[in-house]
Amino acid sequence: MNSGSQYDVAIIGAGLSGLAAGIRLAHFGKKVCIFERHNAAGGLNSFYSLGGRKYDVGLHAVTNYVPAGVKGTPLGKILRQLRIEREEFELCPQKGSRVAFGPKGEHVLKFNNDFTLLESQVAARFPTQADGFRKIAKHVRETPLSGDGDGSSARAFIRQSIDDPLLEDMLLCPLMFYGSAREDDMDLGQFSIMFRALYLEGFARPYEGVRVMMRVLLEKYRQAGGERRMKCGVRSIVAKDGRAAALILDSGEEIVASQVLSSIGIAETGALIGERPPSERTLGYVETISVLNRPPSALGWGDDTIVFFNDSERFTYRDPEGQVDARSGIICFPNNFQYEGGRELPEGFFRVTCLANFDAWSGLPQETYAADKLRWFDAIQESARRFLPPLDPPDLLARATVATDMFTPTTVVKYTGHVRGAIYGSPVKNPGGRTELSNLFLCGTDQGMLGIVGSMLSGISMANQHILKA
Amino acid sequence: MTNDECKKAVLDIIADIAPDEDLSNVKPDLRLRDQLQLDSMDFLDIVMELRKRHGIEVPEADYMRLASLDSCAEYLTPKFNALAAKS
Repeated sequence: MNSGSQYDVAIIGAGLSGLAAGIRLAHFGKKVCIFERHNAAGGLNSFYSLGGRKYDVGLHAVTNYVPAGVKGTPLGKILRQLRIEREEFELCPQKGSRVAFGPKGEHVLKFNNDFTLLESQVAARFPTQADGFRKIAKHVRETPLSGDGDGSSARAFIRQSIDDPLLEDMLLCPLMFYGSAREDDMDLGQFSIMFRALYLEGFARPYEGVRVMMRVLLEKYRQAGGERRMKCGVRSIVAKDGRAAALILDSGEEIVASQVLSSIGIAETGALIGERPPSERTLGYVETISVLNRPPSALGWGDDTIVFFNDSERFTYRDPEGQVDARSGIICFPNNFQYEGGRELPEGFFRVTCLANFDAWSGLPQETYAADKLRWFDAIQESARRFLPPLDPPDLLARATVATDMFTPTTVVKYTGHVRGAIYGSPVKNPGGRTELSNLFLCGTDQGMLGIVGSMLSGISMANQHILKA
Repeated sequence: MTNDECKKAVLDIIADIAPDEDLSNVKPDLRLRDQLQLDSMDFLDIVMELRKRHGIEVPEADYMRLASLDSCAEYLTPKFNALAAKS
């Protein structure tokens, strides 16, 4: 008999939801251990070092940002539940973002952390739609915070209030790019969560990026007495009599826990108990990253924090036919947040993210993969630059670039284990977190609460609901 | 333990779980929820901190007894004293 370790709770995955759940459980005296296959914590929101630089993975901006004193919001809830002082996260608000549509980006909606800007932009550019827009905002304000949705269509809901397809697409584009696992439409509940997170609340970032928040979470977890085993993936879950009887680690070691919380996703958790992966379509991403020898504003690119762009008549949010859909995407300048005391990041960063097809990237011979990456790197940046002021001279970006990197859906699979590199997980969510095994619960992206704050909130609520309160 | 000490123990817990709330003027006879921004997650935390710090169990059916500081004291003081008598 194997006399493996015994825990009250085993958590699979040291991402934000797993850590948040771990903090709650350890704080209230549970013997808890987090098992993480990778050598770094953070999951889809982590960081890595390359050539002496630190890069954020995933995170463009922390959404759901509200200033001190604004209560009853998701950010406030996680701070309270995790006993974190808001200063510890060192969140600095964005300067300002915009949605730019049309072949030359001629249709613009600016927004920042003050909702009245977006309201006035809509009123100025879509005067006939302003009342409808206010109706939508009112609905979102009155929607309780939860991942529950009935699967109804956000587009159908929006069309009850506004009838200009351009405005409909421009409002949906950032919300879909920052969190939708569903093609071309959103679940109405998810729409409300995202509308609140991006437009009613807003963007922020710590000066040193997501690792600041990771450090805080890891330290809280350690102080609370939680255990963590890195480079220690869970290979399978042994099911017996409708319960998760044991976890088998990659090393073959057996772990026994009264309850198991899995943050790795619905399909990924299913695979651990031997279920066949669902055949749903998922959405993958590529991202190009250029490190610049000066801030983007010094190149002549202005102060945009995030730019959501689309060159076509309608905004298409689908798994691309080819490797990448560069018609639309997200530009992120991590430099353009209001860092404390006017501090500037030591280097400039220019990141562009577009939808990518997992199948078109996976299984390629090494050389083809490398060549495709190079080709798309240029094509993606070229597409994005149509939505930024032209540079003088035109090769200024190349001359200012000191390093580059790029990820594809296969990179995401390699480092996070998420099926098909799907950043926002399964298109069908499981807000309740129950599985077919009575002591195995889910937390994380597949709960339907999105963004960094949403993942933490999901870990917290699953720990509360299924383990602490039970 | 007196009722006042019990109220203080509850306020200490609220101060830790909701450090952004001003507790200097909490009226003991009014519902906590009406004076402070506390939601159901926060009330669950009060219950769990009572268990963690003081070994006091509050079954879910009794959560409403924690509505105000006065009702907290009325409900919890005997529990505190029963525990003290046992040890």
